[in-house]
Amino acid sequence: MSPIPSAAQSQRIQPAATPPELIRNFCIIAHIDHGKSTLADRMLQLTGVVDERAARAQYLDRMDIERERGITIKSQAVRMPWAAGPEGAQQPYALNMIDTPGHVDFTYEVSRSLAACEGAVLLVDAAQGIEAQTLANLYLAMENDLTIIPVLNKIDLPAAQPEKYAEEIAGLVGGEPEDVLKVSGKTGEGVEALLDRIVELVPAPVGRADAPARAMIFDSVYDTYRGVVTYVRVVDGQLTPRDRIAMMSTRATHELLELGVISPEAIPTKGLGVGEVGYLITGVKDVRQSKVGDTVTDSAKPAEEPLGGYSDPKPMVFSGLYPIDGSDYPVLRDALDKLKLNDAALMYEPETSVALGFGFRVGYLGLLHLEIVRERLEREFDLDLISTAPNVIYDVTMEDGETVVVTNPSEFPGGKIREVREPVVRATILAPSEHIGAIMELCQSRRGDLLGMDYLSADRVEMRYTLPLAEIVFDFFDQLKSRTRGYASLDYEVSGDQAAALVKVDILLQGEQVDAFSAIVHKDKAYAYGVMMTAKLKELIPRQQFEVPIQAAVGSRVIARETIRAIRKDVLAKCYGGDISRKRKLLEKQKEGKKRMKTIGRVDVPQEAFIAALSSEQSDAKDKAKK
Amino acid sequence: MPALPDGEPAPADGALPADLGRPGSGFGVYVHVPFCAVRCGYCDFNTYTATELGGGASLAGYARTALDEIALARRVLDEAGVGGRPASTVFFGGGTPTLLPAGDLALLLDGVRQAWGLKAGAEVTTEANPDSVTPESLATLARAGVTRVSFGMQSAVPHVLATLDRTHDPARVPEAVRWARDVGLAVSLDLIYGTPGESVDDWRRSLDAVLACDVDHVSAYALVVEPGTRMAVQVRRGELPAPDPDDEATKYEVADDVLAGAGLHWYEVSNWARTPQDACRHNLAYWRGDDWWGVGPGAHSHVGGAAGGVRWWNVKHPRAYADRLGQGLSPAAGRELLRPDDVALERVMLGVRLAEGLPTTTLTAAARPAVAGLVADGLLDGRAAVGGRLLLTRRGRLLADHVVRTLTD
Repeated sequence: MSPIPSAAQSQRIQPAATPPELIRNFCIIAHIDHGKSTLADRMLQLTGVVDERAARAQYLDRMDIERERGITIKSQAVRMPWAAGPEGAQQPYALNMIDTPGHVDFTYEVSRSLAACEGAVLLVDAAQGIEAQTLANLYLAMENDLTIIPVLNKIDLPAAQPEKYAEEIAGLVGGEPEDVLKVSGKTGEGVEALLDRIVELVPAPVGRADAPARAMIFDSVYDTYRGVVTYVRVVDGQLTPRDRIAMMSTRATHELLELGVISPEAIPTKGLGVGEVGYLITGVKDVRQSKVGDTVTDSAKPAEEPLGGYSDPKPMVFSGLYPIDGSDYPVLRDALDKLKLNDAALMYEPETSVALGFGFRVGYLGLLHLEIVRERLEREFDLDLISTAPNVIYDVTMEDGETVVVTNPSEFPGGKIREVREPVVRATILAPSEHIGAIMELCQSRRGDLLGMDYLSADRVEMRYTLPLAEIVFDFFDQLKSRTRGYASLDYEVSGDQAAALVKVDILLQGEQVDAFSAIVHKDKAYAYGVMMTAKLKELIPRQQFEVPIQAAVGSRVIARETIRAIRKDVLAKCYGGDISRKRKLLEKQKEGKKRMKTIGRVDVPQEAFIAALSSEQSDAKDKAKK
Repeated sequence: MPALPDGEPAPADGALPADLGRPGSGFGVYVHVPFCAVRCGYCDFNTYTATELGGGASLAGYARTALDEIALARRVLDEAGVGGRPASTVFFGGGTPTLLPAGDLALLLDGVRQAWGLKAGAEVTTEANPDSVTPESLATLARAGVTRVSFGMQSAVPHVLATLDRTHDPARVPEAVRWARDVGLAVSLDLIYGTPGESVDDWRRSLDAVLACDVDHVSAYALVVEPGTRMAVQVRRGELPAPDPDDEATKYEVADDVLAGAGLHWYEVSNWARTPQDACRHNLAYWRGDDWWGVGPGAHSHVGGAAGGVRWWNVKHPRAYADRLGQGLSPAAGRELLRPDDVALERVMLGVRLAEGLPTTTLTAAARPAVAGLVADGLLDGRAAVGGRLLLTRRGRLLADHVVRTLTD
């Protein structure tokens, strides 16, 4: 019999009329490049949701469109029919495959996606083994009591070592190495068995059909044509298209314009019942009005208690974002306003820098988030941007008890400070065991504390550290990669804060503070930062008509100094054969160049110098985000 | 060699624009002689050796070709209503003008006389290599009406001359100076400082050698490694160190001290003369924005006076130059009509280089407040500024381009 349900069977799994016991909600946890998209496409094809030709076309399209349009076109939750069970007694099932964001910055979003599922497919590349982020998401899934189905993918690759990694995975999730399914998303081998396994092992959702409606938002995306599309998992009761719904965190009510499931296109339905997954459209234009983790209820008959686990997104990493061409400021502002519609975590406020002009201080969930936002601004809005070195948020308590929250180093208060607190993270590093020494050395130099270490297999180790977040946002991942020849993977989650001996280092040009270069660093590292930055600026700033001292200072104490010697000669010796036009044009060009410079005090600093001085940190952030 | 500036195409008949404005106060003629015996590694001037030249343009036929341009110049200036002014200065530059037979230079000078006449007491200069003159050739030049010779001495130090590819024996310089004096020519010596490998002591030796010749005029130019020259290639490959601007500044100050100590005073950033009468009037005309016609391949001209007008430049290659004139066409390759903004910038750029200074009133009202800052920085002379003149201090001379940019913002 075909695993695709017959017409008669399909009647039993219609949206809004499917008994919960015939529903299976699952997600796929995988590292980037471990083949999640290919496997998902294969599932869509095997379940008949897309035909083979369309599947291939979709796969090819995905490359471009996903890159161009981001997450808006992705299927956030696809409903797939599947028939399974003993021969002759097969039952139809509705499988909901829920997409999870793949990155550490979006741990909260991941946790909400996981909360919408009862099971998770742990997908691992059979040639590479598990990576730190996958491990982190796996732990998250286990904390959510999800049933884990371990799967090794890409078994068709010559370099695959399924036995080795099956053992590694079995060690992590429990069970026997033989229980680890071996599939190839590319050839389709083992995928049917995986779908059967999902039906068999993932528990059916449980909820009270007669209770007031409660549905959890696990994703919310802005669509140019339809406004915000909200993805929900119904826990209790039923949502129907005629309802007026309420968001339980804000008590805001909205009219329900459309309700439906994705399979693979949006299909409006008569409702969504217990355990079902689908989308709803209310006409709101801003994802902030439909927040991930919030509980949707019926405004006429509201539930009393919201579902647990909701929290507001909290930016952890901050950086100044400035247009290289100051006249682009309004474009940047409009662009941020637009991005905000689709990114509930993006926060920003206007900021002015003496060095960089008008811009914004932007708060991000983490470095990837920073990079995504920056890249979208540059690509989709054609902006050239300069971003200052990323920093974290500090809580400063003054001697008089006053507290100051610092998101920009230049706001760090002067005067008597009692305590400075900084966020810390729990970091997980997976690496071949030969690199343990190098990793420990790096983490120690970044004020890390080793929490524990476990061998995943004979030659792979998991190391757990607490580290100040500020130490990670500053070229940590680059260092980690270079010290482990690229083999280490990193994951972290924010876990509280700690008091630390932190100071602000200011950089002064001819006695004038240059705000863009101020940094908050541990007092033991202030000197190194000062020496590094003053030396760098000495190279980057052209000689002026006068001597320019460059100083690094903590408060009024100068800790490093360089001097740019005065230029002595700036004159063209002669005009060859009366070619005065040439000389005039040269001068005009120089004057144009001067106009593009920023003046700090009396010192003319080319924009390029700022960019270059900030750029090594920037490229670090970029590489880190690509992990 | 330097590319020609960007400009609009010049008309084929060489006609000047109709709205020229008031002509300049003086009129000079520059004659470019685009030939050298050898090409020096640092030189990017428009000049050619016999082997570089190829067929179709020759040293022997050059004077006749240049005379054709002089005839055209006379017609064009007349038609524009700015003709008929006798030349107050004539300057033969190069290249190496003295590579032409002295009789050819005489012929060209006669051409200028016939076209416009020479003012009484006109200054007629020729550049010369110390080893391209003889007592006889200098006598011929003097008889023909040349009043002044400027020798490309460059240095008195053999290893410096070798780096510059200069072929003359340093001992030849005082000799050539004496011959020129003997036939009544005023003499100037040209020096280059900042050559790779030249020490400050080497530079002092060159200055001492100049003083020993007891001349009344000296030009000293910092070596500029121009793109496209052999020296630029050598510097890029690391075979020669790039000139160091700090070293050049030191050498400029040394030169200014040594020359002033010997009674030679700066009258332009790179030029020193014993008395105002010893200054090169032809070069002063450039700095003052006067009119001149540049004859020869790649030569630049300016007509229209200090208030504006037009600058143009000829095609660069001697063969293209000869071809154009052979067809009765103007050799001008491009031109530029000066807008008021251009004129304002040029007046400051050129005028501020002179020891006579520039009236403060030349500046726009917006630029005047910058004067005080430049005085405070020691770049402009305070007393002169109070008196309404912009006069560079010695430090200011070395930073003249900065001063100009500041005063024209």
